[in-house]
Amino acid sequence: MANKHVDQPTGTETVGHEWDGIEELDTPLPRWWLWTFYLCIAFALGYSVVYPAWPMLNSGTQGLLGWTSRGQLAKDMSVSDQAHTSMRELLARIPIERLADNSALMKQAVAGGHAAFKVNCSQCHGSGAAGSQTLGYPNLNDDDWLWGGDIKTIEVTLTHGIRQHGDDKTRSSAMPPFEGVFNPGQIAALSAHILSLSGKAKPNSEGAALFAQNCISCHGINGEGGRNVGAPRLNDAIWLYGGTSAEIGRQIQRPRMGVMPSWGGRLDPVTIKMLAAYVHSLGGGEDFVEVAKDPAVPVHVRP
Amino acid sequence: MQAETALGRIGLWFLLMLVMIGVMLGAKDTPFAIQAGMIAVLALVMVFITASRFDPAGTNRGFFRMPEGKTRYDDDPVRWATIATMFWGLAGLLAGLFIALQLAFPVFNFEPYLNFGRVRPLHTSAVIFAFGGNALIATSFYVVQRTCRVQLAFPALARFVFWGYQLFIVLAASGYLLGITQSREYAEPEWYVDLWLTVVWVSYLIVFVGTLLRRNEPHIYVANWFYLAFIVTVAMLHLVNNLAVPVSFLGSRSYSLFGGVQDALTQWWYGHNAVGFFLTAGFLAMMYYFVPKQAERPVYSYRLSIIHFWSLIFLYIWAGPHHLLYTALPDWAQTLGMVFSIMLWMPSWGGMINGLMTLNGAWDKVRTDPIIRMMVMALAFYGMSTFEGPMLSIKFFNSLSHYTDWTVGHVHSGALGWNGLITFACVYYLTPRLWKRERMYSLRMINWHFWLATLGIVFYASSLWVAGLTQGLMWREYGADGYLVNSFADTVAAIHPMYIMRAFGGLLYLAGFVVMLWNFTQTLAGKQRAEAPMTETPVNAAADRPLPAREPLAAPAQ
Repeated sequence: MANKHVDQPTGTETVGHEWDGIEELDTPLPRWWLWTFYLCIAFALGYSVVYPAWPMLNSGTQGLLGWTSRGQLAKDMSVSDQAHTSMRELLARIPIERLADNSALMKQAVAGGHAAFKVNCSQCHGSGAAGSQTLGYPNLNDDDWLWGGDIKTIEVTLTHGIRQHGDDKTRSSAMPPFEGVFNPGQIAALSAHILSLSGKAKPNSEGAALFAQNCISCHGINGEGGRNVGAPRLNDAIWLYGGTSAEIGRQIQRPRMGVMPSWGGRLDPVTIKMLAAYVHSLGGGEDFVEVAKDPAVPVHVRP
Repeated sequence: MQAETALGRIGLWFLLMLVMIGVMLGAKDTPFAIQAGMIAVLALVMVFITASRFDPAGTNRGFFRMPEGKTRYDDDPVRWATIATMFWGLAGLLAGLFIALQLAFPVFNFEPYLNFGRVRPLHTSAVIFAFGGNALIATSFYVVQRTCRVQLAFPALARFVFWGYQLFIVLAASGYLLGITQSREYAEPEWYVDLWLTVVWVSYLIVFVGTLLRRNEPHIYVANWFYLAFIVTVAMLHLVNNLAVPVSFLGSRSYSLFGGVQDALTQWWYGHNAVGFFLTAGFLAMMYYFVPKQAERPVYSYRLSIIHFWSLIFLYIWAGPHHLLYTALPDWAQTLGMVFSIMLWMPSWGGMINGLMTLNGAWDKVRTDPIIRMMVMALAFYGMSTFEGPMLSIKFFNSLSHYTDWTVGHVHSGALGWNGLITFACVYYLTPRLWKRERMYSLRMINWHFWLATLGIVFYASSLWVAGLTQGLMWREYGADGYLVNSFADTVAAIHPMYIMRAFGGLLYLAGFVVMLWNFTQTLAGKQRAEAPMTETPVNAAADRPLPAREPLAAPAQ
């Protein structure tokens, strides 16, 4: 190389090449760089001996530690499961209506239900279980229940879902569509009457008459609803599809009816029990009233 | 152009238009018909251009202020690609800010054409392939001519590379918005666009290698090794990852040749090396020419450049599986992906050392020259993200960071910090030289751009680090009773403020780019801003020398 010369500012010799005015110095590799590189290679070699690494004809080397990612997952899961085994066994044995007698177990069931709720239920009911008063996802924090709010009824609703084909015990009800049956004036009068039940509008006789003829069989004379048919209560301020006159009118004409999966086919009974305990604990849970086969015999009533 | 030739060309364009109209009518799906229609319209435009003997370069040369007369090197494709870099840069950054706002405020999703799922690949492709790709085409054509002391080998093919690449970008981008995707990250375009890109890319390789072969220098400069590695490897990656069978030759859909975890591994072998060879090797090539030129200093170490080049390209190609840790990928492949990534740390840093230490003897320019300042910051971000990358590939960290916004923050500290800043610096270097101006319109605006961009990256990366750690820790948080504490929606709510800060960082970065666009267009217009010099303290060249000179200092003052 003809053009080797010492670069003044650094005191290093150049390699002697030159391209478009660019030269290169003959600086040796920085020692720290080289040794860190060697260390990384040594670590990589060591790691690949200890852990599964080298592909062979049929499978890779197993590694000296015998570690596998599936094995680690199984181990972690079993540690977690063991921590809950005794609790789950107790929960499996206890009838859900007796759960409230064991407050320690109840507390654990509510915690487990909270976790399961976040995974399975929060998508519709919201992470705070507040639902949506316009989209048709019930708020689970209040004491307004479509199908009943004691812990056992909640468990049944969870297990069999709402309007699920193929599940005989699913909760099912249907509001008939009144589109074309009433003229717009009648719809407005009926909506106003319904709002008047909760004091949100002035009562009117036309609406009251229509309500008495068409609605009371399910929703009750005063709009108190009916749990045996899943008819919503209309005389409170809680709405599933909106509480304005227009939204009520739309629901009368083209009713929307929500669904919930039957969780019995998706979750194990203990998890459903925990979910029922959690939903029951949210604030609106009702007491379970035991009914004996013979109504004349007095039964234990929980305080 | 002879009349017969012109007539022949018109006929060919007209034939292409007819074929495309036929394809459009026979197409199996609407998006494919629209894309065929686009090419038919383009062919029709070409008929008119050829028919009227309209020389696009002739008119547009005036508009884009192309210098007149013969030049020593063939720089027209470089100028076109530089303008395209600026244009696509604006498009890509705007799309990025838009999707950042969509994440923070979902109301900005406009169905179906402008929802997040369609605009996100538009953003990534626009910044990586349109902005970055045009910068690579521009600089590679510029650098290879000068370091080989020869003109481009096949001038017509070089022009085809530029225009063909722009057609690829337009087809890819419009396809995303129409809903065409093969769902492979960074390789979303469907089979027919992939075939077109293959033609363009092979032409690129032919022009580049042809120029190298015709060189008037005994040796090939290090920047050209990196450019060649980038072009060859991207060709290989593109071909293998896009092997697919079209459902119909008249439809946009296709099926990948691979299935299941093999498909995933092929995809991430491609995806990781798109980062490695497109965004690292290609941009290191830019660094190896423009940093020594701007600093007017020799490259720090020839030996380091050899060792880190070969170790980088050998190790990078194996690191892809680290994108699939804790998945169905066999454990042995996961381990190899991780250890190759760790070994990659020092080879990556070799480029940073060679870039930064080239400033030995010229460190004062960090204070006086905003372009050097930008290059130094780019190399600093390169060093940070190539440390963070191997770290995140370690299973311990990956189990926390994977699927969180930490990954997004990591990518952007590399993309905005390294790729963005080094490209800006190179365009600032190139523009006055390509358009024969004395200097850029304003040096102070470069300084403004530097600070806006740096501040933007700091906001962007730090907010997503916090967001990623928050997500990772919340996802794995167990309560005292042994159950998960948070639902997914809880973690989304928790990082909402970080998403707003991230969008703000993007806005700052975009603002810096707008300053650059103004500076760029004013320079093309031939203007120079009357402004005070960058620094008020005059440089004392005698005192501002590095220590290794080891010359006796001047006698102390009496």
